[in-house]
Amino acid sequence: MSALTLSRLTVCFGRRTAVASFDAEIGSGEWLCLIGPNGAGKSSILRSIVGLVPSEGSIEIGGRTIGGLSSRDRARLVAYVPQEPLLPPDMNGFDYVLLGRNPYVRPFRSESRHDRSVVAEIIERLSLHDLQGRLLATMSGGERQRFVIARALAQEAPVLLLDEPTTALDIGHQQQALDLVDGLRREHGLTVISAMHDLTLAGLYSDRLALLHAGHLVAEGSAAAVLRPETLAEFYGVSVRVHYEQDGTVVVVPLRSPSEQPSASRPL
Amino acid sequence: MAGARRPLGVVMGAAVAVLIAAVVVGVVAGTAGLPPGRVLLEVVDRLTPGHLHSGLTERQQAIVWDLRMPRVVLAGLVGAMLSLAGASYQGVFRNPLVDPYLLGAAAGAGLGATVAIAYMRSARESWPIDPIVALGFLGAVAAVAVTYLVGTGAGARTSTSLVLAGVAVTSFATALQTYLQRQDDETRREVFSWILGRLNTATWGDVRLVAPYITVSVVVLLLHRRMLDVLRVGEDEADALGAGVAHIRLWVVGAATLGTAAAVSVSGLISFVGIIVPHTVRLLGGASYRRVLPLSLLGGAAFLIATDTFARTATGGDNIPIGVVTAFFGAPFFIVLMRTRAVAR
Repeated sequence: MSALTLSRLTVCFGRRTAVASFDAEIGSGEWLCLIGPNGAGKSSILRSIVGLVPSEGSIEIGGRTIGGLSSRDRARLVAYVPQEPLLPPDMNGFDYVLLGRNPYVRPFRSESRHDRSVVAEIIERLSLHDLQGRLLATMSGGERQRFVIARALAQEAPVLLLDEPTTALDIGHQQQALDLVDGLRREHGLTVISAMHDLTLAGLYSDRLALLHAGHLVAEGSAAAVLRPETLAEFYGVSVRVHYEQDGTVVVVPLRSPSEQPSASRPL
Repeated sequence: MAGARRPLGVVMGAAVAVLIAAVVVGVVAGTAGLPPGRVLLEVVDRLTPGHLHSGLTERQQAIVWDLRMPRVVLAGLVGAMLSLAGASYQGVFRNPLVDPYLLGAAAGAGLGATVAIAYMRSARESWPIDPIVALGFLGAVAAVAVTYLVGTGAGARTSTSLVLAGVAVTSFATALQTYLQRQDDETRREVFSWILGRLNTATWGDVRLVAPYITVSVVVLLLHRRMLDVLRVGEDEADALGAGVAHIRLWVVGAATLGTAAAVSVSGLISFVGIIVPHTVRLLGGASYRRVLPLSLLGGAAFLIATDTFARTATGGDNIPIGVVTAFFGAPFFIVLMRTRAVAR
């Protein structure tokens, strides 16, 4: 059975259609990556699943339609990591992860001992123990990103949505963050949908790519099937060279426009 | 911020101690030349079932019990309310610089009070409640209600439109109020003295009038202290965490407005309390709203009792308007605070 089913998902902002009748079925433990140029509708799909933008069509998680759920019940099913998380500078790491327990805390109550132990466990699993007392303002970008993921995990939701999780990170921290998510979905059957700009990383980590253009799904499948030079040229308007490695890895390298290539013979 | 590491009990204990000290000084200090020991004895006598003899004359007892005590209690209630409302507003709008007057409460109260002063002088004797208090309260509630209706129309998910609506309502009410107060010199004088704050006329009646509203407001706001911590990650993320931001905003703004309206209706517009007290407690006790809200409550009460004591004793019974004192000490303090925080970041 699919863990997450989107049928005819449509998101409109005024007269502009951001997402047009998007269908997807994602199995438990599967990682779907949404790619496409800016404004293609990737973030809108993620934001509509989490209930931040109104949408039409249906969203089912584990066979349950989540359209009518309260935001609290929805937050137990979907965890969301935004593109640029807003981090309160003077909050410490532990308290930040504890916010992820909000959907389980009864109104006007404090977090229970169970909530705290869930958080402690996640912090332990992500090796953040030494950092948990530090204020977010004093952490590096990579450290913060791990706490953001930890907060999402504290929601104990079966579906994890990541909007550009690696844009602000250097190559090492990108790998760390994505490895972390990859490990978690393999161990715990977490279903992941991410929006990503780095096509090579998108192909490397996800099971399936969905290429969006102007709100429409234009290509879907494995990295090798979707990441073709002619497809990318058509929808991104970019010239790329694509290397297909023996192990199945697909590497997308942008080509420099010929007109801007400095000529080697030009005098300095 | 080192303050966050101090245990909550220690910080709360210190705040309670400061409040008690402010109350004691507020009751003891005065220009009537009463012996402090006897004044304290008199207060203890009144508050406890046993019988103590303070040795004060009946007139002196009246000064302590009917003039000073209601003034101290009212200053405490108003200071606590404005600080707590300010801290709550800062949390719900995620802006450290807003005060409880953001959505038009002050301008609405000012308009209501001005109408009462300009047109209802004759009604003062016949109304069960002073019309300045009644219309000030209604004006504040009405102004914020209009702001809310205008600012949360269809599709407005964030608080920005609400804040802009508050700016518009404030300007409109202030324009009306300024026009009305031009009536005559007597009106203008009275409006000015109201705007600058007036705790000098405090009675037990005032205390009884506002205490229920302030109590309800305080309870509702304190219940939301954890939710305000969730809101620190922004409205979108808080919603994604299941917080129901629109509900929180409605309850917090509603409760803060009720309490603020009650406070300003009896005290006039006391500025800066709602900003400087929450900021001071953040520096001393940490930024979590679970600390900021209760500490603002205690600190605000202590601060306004202390400033009011200064206002009525500093110039030998001249009664400087309380709003002048809070702004006089508040503004420089605020500048220092902003600069030191800018350095700390």
